[in-house]
Amino acid sequence: MKNSANIKFLSLSENESFARMCVASFIAPLNPTIEEIADIKTAVSEAVTNAIVHGYPEKIGQIEMRLKYENKTINIEIMDDGVGIKDVEKARRPFYTTCSDGTRSGMGFTVMESFMDQTKVVSAVEEGTRVVLIKKLGGKK
Amino acid sequence: MLLLKLTGELDHHTAEKMRKKLDKEIISSGAQTVVFDLSELSFMDSSGIGVLLGRYKLFATKSLYLTGANDTINRLLTMSGVYSLMPKYKGDVEK
Repeated sequence: MKNSANIKFLSLSENESFARMCVASFIAPLNPTIEEIADIKTAVSEAVTNAIVHGYPEKIGQIEMRLKYENKTINIEIMDDGVGIKDVEKARRPFYTTCSDGTRSGMGFTVMESFMDQTKVVSAVEEGTRVVLIKKLGGKK
Repeated sequence: MLLLKLTGELDHHTAEKMRKKLDKEIISSGAQTVVFDLSELSFMDSSGIGVLLGRYKLFATKSLYLTGANDTINRLLTMSGVYSLMPKYKGDVEK
């Protein structure tokens, strides 16, 4: 059983819930548990929010979400062409945030890592960021 | 004691509105103990953690508690250490 879909949307905050709903609908044929759906929606929300807040801090840009699954393994790529991340290792540390107004928790990557089986981040300054989220349904995590 | 019920989805998009509503209620009530009831939150990500930690910092002289988190939100609150600052409310909460 395999399927794929590509979705492009603007970096507007109202598209955070749109992205979550798209992913939940896409994986529905795999009969995920409620917990699995919640985990995946939360991880996707974190990646999309990062693209909106940090990828395009000064402008509205485009975000691409590539979805695919084969058997029970779901692969989600979230890409932006924004400002990129200078130090990915630092950005992945719990509570690390570049926002100084105290509204961000700095837990985005930690949540992605905790809720998915694999989280990969590839970024280049002034080129953009690609986050890959992988989860096998029926796993223990 | 002030019981504040959070409803709907709490993400980056809704965080600012939620923040303003909560602050307004807390300030106008003057209550020293505030319980955030999360039982009707259908979704929360780390933006919600930011909202809760922000309230903890802003209302440092008050006692803040949490109740009603579902399993996924519970995991978020546990991994971020929010419960060490805003413990689970042990009293009765009228629904």
